[in-house]
Amino acid sequence: MGSKASTLLREEEIEEIKKETGFSHSQITRLYSRFTSLDKGENGTLSREDFQRIPELAINPLGDRIINAFFPEGEDQVNFRGFMRILAHFRPIEDNEKKSVAVSEPLNSRTNKLLFAFRLYDLDRDDKISREELLQVLRMMVGVNISDDQLGSIADRTIQEADTNGDNSISFNEFIKVLEKVDVEQKMSIRFLH
Amino acid sequence: MEDFWSLALWALEIWLYLIVGLIMVPAMFGFSLGISETYMTILVKTLEVLLCSFCAPPPPSQGLCVCVLGLIQREDGSMEEELEELRRSRPKPPVGGDFTLSDSFYFTRRGIESIVEDEVTQRFSSEELVLWNLLTRTNNDFQFISVRLTLVYSLGIVIRYFILAPLRITLACIGLTWLVIGTSAVGFLPNSRMKFWLSEWVHVMCYRICARGLSATIRYHNRENKPQKGGICVANHTSPIDIVILCNDGCYAMVGQVHGGLMGVLQRAMVRSCPHVWFERAEMKDRHLVTKRLKDHVNDKTKLPILIFPEGTCVNNTSVMMFKKGSFEIGATIYPVAIKYDPQFGDAFWNSSKYSMVSYLLRMMTSWALVCNVWYLPAMHQQEGEDAVQFANRVKSVIAHQGGLVDLQWDGGLKRAKVKESFKEEQQKQYSSMVVGDDSSSD
Repeated sequence: MGSKASTLLREEEIEEIKKETGFSHSQITRLYSRFTSLDKGENGTLSREDFQRIPELAINPLGDRIINAFFPEGEDQVNFRGFMRILAHFRPIEDNEKKSVAVSEPLNSRTNKLLFAFRLYDLDRDDKISREELLQVLRMMVGVNISDDQLGSIADRTIQEADTNGDNSISFNEFIKVLEKVDVEQKMSIRFLH
Repeated sequence: MEDFWSLALWALEIWLYLIVGLIMVPAMFGFSLGISETYMTILVKTLEVLLCSFCAPPPPSQGLCVCVLGLIQREDGSMEEELEELRRSRPKPPVGGDFTLSDSFYFTRRGIESIVEDEVTQRFSSEELVLWNLLTRTNNDFQFISVRLTLVYSLGIVIRYFILAPLRITLACIGLTWLVIGTSAVGFLPNSRMKFWLSEWVHVMCYRICARGLSATIRYHNRENKPQKGGICVANHTSPIDIVILCNDGCYAMVGQVHGGLMGVLQRAMVRSCPHVWFERAEMKDRHLVTKRLKDHVNDKTKLPILIFPEGTCVNNTSVMMFKKGSFEIGATIYPVAIKYDPQFGDAFWNSSKYSMVSYLLRMMTSWALVCNVWYLPAMHQQEGEDAVQFANRVKSVIAHQGGLVDLQWDGGLKRAKVKESFKEEQQKQYSSMVVGDDSSSD
């Protein structure tokens, strides 16, 4: 009996997603089931409301930013390819992958994981985290529990530590430099079973 | 032409006599002819032979494999532990709060984990099965296997839709009609022991017929703990059929809203023979009124135990969600009951956003069977210094533990409603204390 989920997802598509993201066949079909279960409108795409319906995500302080990351510039719907592309950032880095140079930088490389995190801060995509942008994310994470002044000084100190070229904002390279000792591979990965 | 009609009529008569003789009469008097047992044994054997031979790992000893693997392994660390690890790479700054750019990693990863798999939304849709049980509706991830399987599957469809379903629908109709007639008839008698006994008999009999109408096999455990008069029976909720399951083994007073239509007819009939607690829609909003009426009912020791489902909504029988504290504030003895359906034979969960009541019942009648276990748990009382919420949680974990269900703190109302902002605020507060430390003097 053909499985209901993957008859809607053709084999060629699964192969393409496999090449692009590195997920296995069974992981892709399971994630497709998840995608369809979230898709209440049953039109093959997810909207922001579909994500908001997940209670654990709705109470996550950075929930809105994370949801935003799924939607390309100015769009309100994300299809399964786009969904998988983002989730691919969180695939763990396998040992044999580190050595392979055949494929152009995989989505779950250390640099791409850091780029994902960088883009959570850098809302206007100008490749710089300004003081304003940093303050916004800080405010999202602490809520009402810290005063504006204190938050401001925290932001200033953070920029001061990271900023090497004196433009009072954090570029992607400066971002990478600050976090070079952090185990990004482990902290920004999800352990998939199967 | 006339021959055809008389033949059809004759066939119908035979059909009805068979049903009455083989199913209704035993149901009325509580004994069994063994037909359903034989059916169940055949069914189990068939499914075992067909499917377990196709699955690579040998099935665990409980008959048919039902455990489901999750998609991801979640990190178990608390916020403090995870953030400590993230910050380990740099020394703590002397002043200005302890924040690093990598703090966002914690929330990001948690967020993405919940997008891939979360504890709550999966409870509002039917459970995934490891082994397919030859029903189309559970056929989500299973690949085509063989011609033989397809043949058996088609045979299964014929049996289920053309033999079992009409039989069950007939039984259900008979059961409900008899319930209405029987309870109304009993209602005419004056109040006496006789009336009471008759009313119980009529109720149980009709529920038994309905249970046969679903090919239900119910195993009751620990019957010495059965709910007594003047108490409140509390159970986890999966579908309206829970009522049929529980009432097969005893009489309960129901609580609920007054409905119109068919439900209303049933409700009015039932209340004639023994007191149930039906509320008007407007009355349900008034908490004090509800509590008072329940209290009155409970304090009257001649009245039947009240049956309440504190989750307030149907959940898919893999977990128990938050119990609403209303029934635990009354101060009566609580008799917890755990109900666990075996998903291999049919999915009992009523997904009310997807299916109406009628299509749900039709689905139930075209499943293989309904197998469930009911555990009666020892009575519980509210303890000194324990408030209603704590008491409710205590009862909930006892039920979850017995039924092998996951004990969740989330509100079943999240099926339709948004989650409260206060949970997000709690996380923000916790994170803030990690940034500025607990001393509020640093302001």
